[in-house]
Amino acid sequence: MFSLDLLLNAVVAGALLGGFYAAVSLGISVTFGLLDVVNIAHPVFVILGAYTAFTLNANYGVDPLLAGALFAPVFFVLGVVVYRVYYTSFESKGEGSQGGGLVFFFGLLFIVEVGLMLKFGVDYRLVEAPYIGESIHLGPIGLAYRLLVPCAVGLLMTLCLYLFLGKTFYGRAIMGVAQDSLALRLVGADPVRVKTLAFGISIATASVAGALLIMISPVEPSIGRAYIGRAFAITVLGGLGSIGGTLTAAMILGIAESLTSTFSGPSWALAVSFGILLLVLAVRPAGLFGR
Amino acid sequence: MAEPLLRVEGVVKRFGGFQALGGVTLHVERGERFGLIGPNGSGKTTLISCISGTLRNDGGRIFFQGQDISARPAYQRARLGIARSFQIPRPFHSMTLQENLELSLDYAARDRAGDDHAAAAREILRMVGLDAKAGVISARLTQIEMRKLELARAMAARPSLLISDEAMAGLSSSEVDDLLAILLKMNEAGTTVIMIEHIMRAVMRFSQRIAVLDAGEKIAEGPPAEILNNKAVERAYLGE
Amino acid sequence: MSVKGRSLLVLAVLFLAGLFAFTRFVENRYIFFAAYVVLQYIVLATAWNILGGYTGYVNFGTGAFFALGVYSSVFLIQMFRAPLLVQIATGGVVAGLLGLGLGYLTLRLRGTFFSIATLALAVVLQTFVINWEYVGGAKGTTVLRPAHAPFFNNYIEFLFMVMGCLAVGSVAIAWFIEHSRIGRGFAAIRDNEEAAECTGVPTLKLKLLATTISGCLMGVAGTPFPYYLSFVDPDSAFNLSYALNSLAMPVVGGTTTWLGPVVGAVLLGTAQQLATVTISSELNILIVGVVLVLFVVLAPKGIVGLVQQFVQRRRA
Repeated sequence: MFSLDLLLNAVVAGALLGGFYAAVSLGISVTFGLLDVVNIAHPVFVILGAYTAFTLNANYGVDPLLAGALFAPVFFVLGVVVYRVYYTSFESKGEGSQGGGLVFFFGLLFIVEVGLMLKFGVDYRLVEAPYIGESIHLGPIGLAYRLLVPCAVGLLMTLCLYLFLGKTFYGRAIMGVAQDSLALRLVGADPVRVKTLAFGISIATASVAGALLIMISPVEPSIGRAYIGRAFAITVLGGLGSIGGTLTAAMILGIAESLTSTFSGPSWALAVSFGILLLVLAVRPAGLFGR
Repeated sequence: MAEPLLRVEGVVKRFGGFQALGGVTLHVERGERFGLIGPNGSGKTTLISCISGTLRNDGGRIFFQGQDISARPAYQRARLGIARSFQIPRPFHSMTLQENLELSLDYAARDRAGDDHAAAAREILRMVGLDAKAGVISARLTQIEMRKLELARAMAARPSLLISDEAMAGLSSSEVDDLLAILLKMNEAGTTVIMIEHIMRAVMRFSQRIAVLDAGEKIAEGPPAEILNNKAVERAYLGE
Repeated sequence: MSVKGRSLLVLAVLFLAGLFAFTRFVENRYIFFAAYVVLQYIVLATAWNILGGYTGYVNFGTGAFFALGVYSSVFLIQMFRAPLLVQIATGGVVAGLLGLGLGYLTLRLRGTFFSIATLALAVVLQTFVINWEYVGGAKGTTVLRPAHAPFFNNYIEFLFMVMGCLAVGSVAIAWFIEHSRIGRGFAAIRDNEEAAECTGVPTLKLKLLATTISGCLMGVAGTPFPYYLSFVDPDSAFNLSYALNSLAMPVVGGTTTWLGPVVGAVLLGTAQQLATVTISSELNILIVGVVLVLFVVLAPKGIVGLVQQFVQRRRA
């Protein structure tokens, strides 16, 4: 049944979801877009972030956002460790070992997901916070806080990352490292250090994104898989290397999924991200704003 | 006059907003020793990537043996007889030297290689002085050995046109002479050679004709003596 | 055929004879099933390795190809009561076409795009199957096994033997590829694709060939599944352990020859079948994941590679 209200709400919900999707995809935008590292395990780190937020929230009553922020440094260190292993085992050995890197992250994906399953079981977990469950209404449009807050934080994260990459020395070094390691060395920045920093940052974003995820809906370990397709579809559609592109693509995907879910049923929503990915790869692999 | 082996007409190549080649025209005669020089970033490697097919040119046309090959994929150009070596050697690292060459014979030289690929590979390794290491995995070679393997693999393709891309960079004087001798021998056997080099004495000694690129354009062409005295070339290398 | 080839042929015949004896003398249904699963993994691991190990393109979506074989059989059984041979052929063709299509869309771009696409593939295919009521949708469907089997006491034994033949067949295909000009072309692509293209290797065509053969064999591995288990549902057909195992087994066994996937399938497969009775399936997967990461980081050439190194050191 079609109505303007339904359509409007679907679009708005989709846009809010898009802001959240941006938060999830930022990590991949950095690692795949700028470092050319295909970290397919990133979504499972987001789930890990959701569970750390859950643990702090359930046991100590900590607000999930705060939990996400508190754990971000821990995740940063985790990212550094993971990248170091990846770098020594694969990247430093030259082009031929790229397949090994993919396999490495794939194994990591399983280890973290199943580890979470063993620790927390497959029951859905959720967080409690005073603002979750409330919503504000602007005319016919309902804005649930549990969508609004993640969207706002997602936009904020995108902005911060954009400014960091564009305005700071290390940020610009990260932008340049994939293209010109030699130039970086000449200005005194060690490319490996720069890449390690970038990877650490990307995993740190997973901590916050995870907290946002569990705010939106209850989590269980295997829901990360749906986000692999989404995050890569967003990064590719937005264009590798473009943070603004990631945000735009996230919005597009969020709205497309929301509309599909509302009018064709939720089970088809997953196919949307894959469909978009295939379409982009077939028609314009550079994406919207890609280099 | 006979059709040149290679004819490049107005080739243009862009990378996004950057124009790497702005309409380069040149030709190479059958059996010629042709040098291609120019400052860093002038488009030399881009040009030969367009010729070998690794890159697709955005404008202009490329003719090989009279055929327009501008739209042909690289592997077909290899089969037609264009071989190139890479600046940074790209051996098939899990294979032995023998296997590296046999691959060339199996594929690029398919129509020209004859029956006994193993023996042909051995012979080429002998020519470049690597036959003692025929059974060694190619990942374990030294720098100069890798350069020789690059050339050997290109030779195994039994090309009519061999393009050598800065094979001598960073090598010692005697190593440079080694490689020059190999290329000269190949040319004597009938292979047309295009040499890209920064080592001036090598290019000057080797080439019958030289073309100079700067910022994606051809700024001079002629015998080595002419090029040496060309003011535009001097400016390109030394700046105004 | 060379001496080595002939002795391998003898080995294959002996193997099949051994499997036949197995069906005669083994009564225990669980052991039977465990052996069936190991044989199935020999096919899947070998299929994965043709694209992953020989050509260097990592496929994360084994589940999609396998399930395609499973569900094409379900469809043929329910629609036409089709004989097994037709099911196998159809499953292979359909899965092969999927590989070809996916390859055509993504292989002209970088290899990583192909791998990412395979990740998402299983999710999408599963969505389609869940919504397809004719083959049971999300709830699954029961399939009646034929009452009589040619040459054997019951259909299960027959299917077991069929899977054994499929295992031998897929290994034979891998062996032939490895020793052929095409196999050398695959290796060149894996080692350095750009150089391969400039050395006359038609890289796109060969990559598409690899994806098609690999996908086809994976689909074939799935075709006896409905009759064997009698009940098919999306969760079991699309189970992610297929993706993990078909990748881990070649990596652990060794990716450069046909022997690696076989070694990996037998070792990891048997270990897992033994383990499922004592530990939870989640712990099982965790261990496989850890073993995979350990091998890919510390012993990238797999068990076959380790043995080769050991032998070379003894010689020196």
